[in-house]
Order: sequence, then structure tokens, then C-alpha cells
Amino acid sequence: MDAVFKALADPGRRQLLDELRRKNGQTLTELRGQLAMTRQAVSKHLAVLERANLVASVRRGREKLHYLNPVPLHEIYERWIGKYERHRLQALSDLKKSLEERKE
Amino acid sequence: MKTSKFVYVIYIRTTPEKLWQALTDPKFVRKYFFGAVQESDWKPGASWQLKTPDGRVADSGEVLEIEPCRKLVLKWRHELRAELRAEGHTRMTCEIEKSGSSVKLTITHEMDRARSKFIDGVSEGWPPILSSLKSLIETGESLEETRTWPEEL
Repeated sequence: MDAVFKALADPGRRQLLDELRRKNGQTLTELRGQLAMTRQAVSKHLAVLERANLVASVRRGREKLHYLNPVPLHEIYERWIGKYERHRLQALSDLKKSLEERKE
Repeated sequence: MKTSKFVYVIYIRTTPEKLWQALTDPKFVRKYFFGAVQESDWKPGASWQLKTPDGRVADSGEVLEIEPCRKLVLKWRHELRAELRAEGHTRMTCEIEKSGSSVKLTITHEMDRARSKFIDGVSEGWPPILSSLKSLIETGESLEETRTWPEEL
């Protein structure tokens, strides 16, 4: 779990995860095109995310495709959020979303 | 190429043999798969079904590839919701590799169709199922929330 929190502590890496959430299965080059980072930075961040098992990669010919792997996040969620709290939290989060949307 | 796909990886402290049993033996499967009953003869070309606890067929398909303790590929179609059923067949691949003292399990679920609703749906289901499978194997107890079938389905 330490590796997961360490990996999530960096805003650039969270951005990479957001980008994979938007479109799963991207190559390093595609990811680089979406983010303001050098190729080396993207590659380094992806390696940290892979070690934390937050990103899974699959080889397709000469390409390496990256997929968001939410399984370790589920373990964190499972550890601190109970079965009944989930519905209350969902309600609060929906409320926040609808109030913030109205403001725009 | 139009596809919908996800790849999930989990490391479990166990052996490939025990993990294989947990994936194929219905006695284990129902403990972490929302109480579902899995039926198959586990031979290439054999039919495969996942039934709800009250006996409805939730998903069906066939065994495309099977290599005990190593690899399983299933042709998989949802049966309960008409709009998901209409999307047709998906392919689910389980790969098992030894990784030091644990075993790496990779689940790939894909469909040759962009933005599949079914793939979206199962991508919500696999993380709790896999976490529960890990808890079951490592501690003998699955996660409570995965022991019963969801009410809305």
C-alpha cells in the first residue's frame, strides 16, 4: 500500500491516471501528446505507477499499451470505507456535484 | 480499431494451483462472485454459464482456450439485460504467472466495439470481485459485499 500512496502523491502521476481514465490503453507517445511532460518524465512516472500496480501494460507488437488498474484503489477503499458509509458518501458527492454544476 | 477493453492485475499470495481452483471451482466462485453459480466442464469448446443464486442465467459463453493453472479464455455474453445482451460476445482472458512468492493474475475483458456498455459495467464489477478473491485465498474469508447478488440485477 505504501507504493500506491507514494505513486498517488505526485500531481503529474494523478494526471496520467486521469488521462487513462478518459481513454484506456494508450501508448507512451499518445500520453505524452496529451500532457505537458517530456517523454522521459512520462516514462518515469509510468514506471512508478506500474510498480504500484496502478497501471497495467500489455504489449501489442512493438507498442506497449497502458491500462488504468483500479484494483489497488479498491483495496484502499475497502479498508476504510464500509458497506453502509458508501451510500451516504455517494449522496454527499452527488449533492456536491449538482450544487457546483448549478453555479456555472 | 474499435475496441472496449480493460486489463486488471492483482498479486495474490498463493500458488497457481490454488488460484486455478478458486477460479474454476463453483464452491469458491460463489463466495467472491456475488453468490453466482459457475458451470462448465472446462474443456476447449465446452459451454460456460454464470447463474444468479436464484437460477437465472446471468452470463453465458464457451471455453475458447484452457491451460490449467496458466490461462483461461472465455467467450462471454451478458444475458439478463436486453441492451447489454444485444452488444454480443466479449472475450475474457485470465492469465496466471508466478511472481516470487505470489501469483500475478491478469484479467483482460474486451469487445470489438467502441464504448461498450457491458465492458463499462463489468469494469465496475471486477475490482471488488478480484479484491474479494484475494481476501478469500489469503485469509479464508471473502469480502462481505461480494457474497450476495446485487438486488437491482
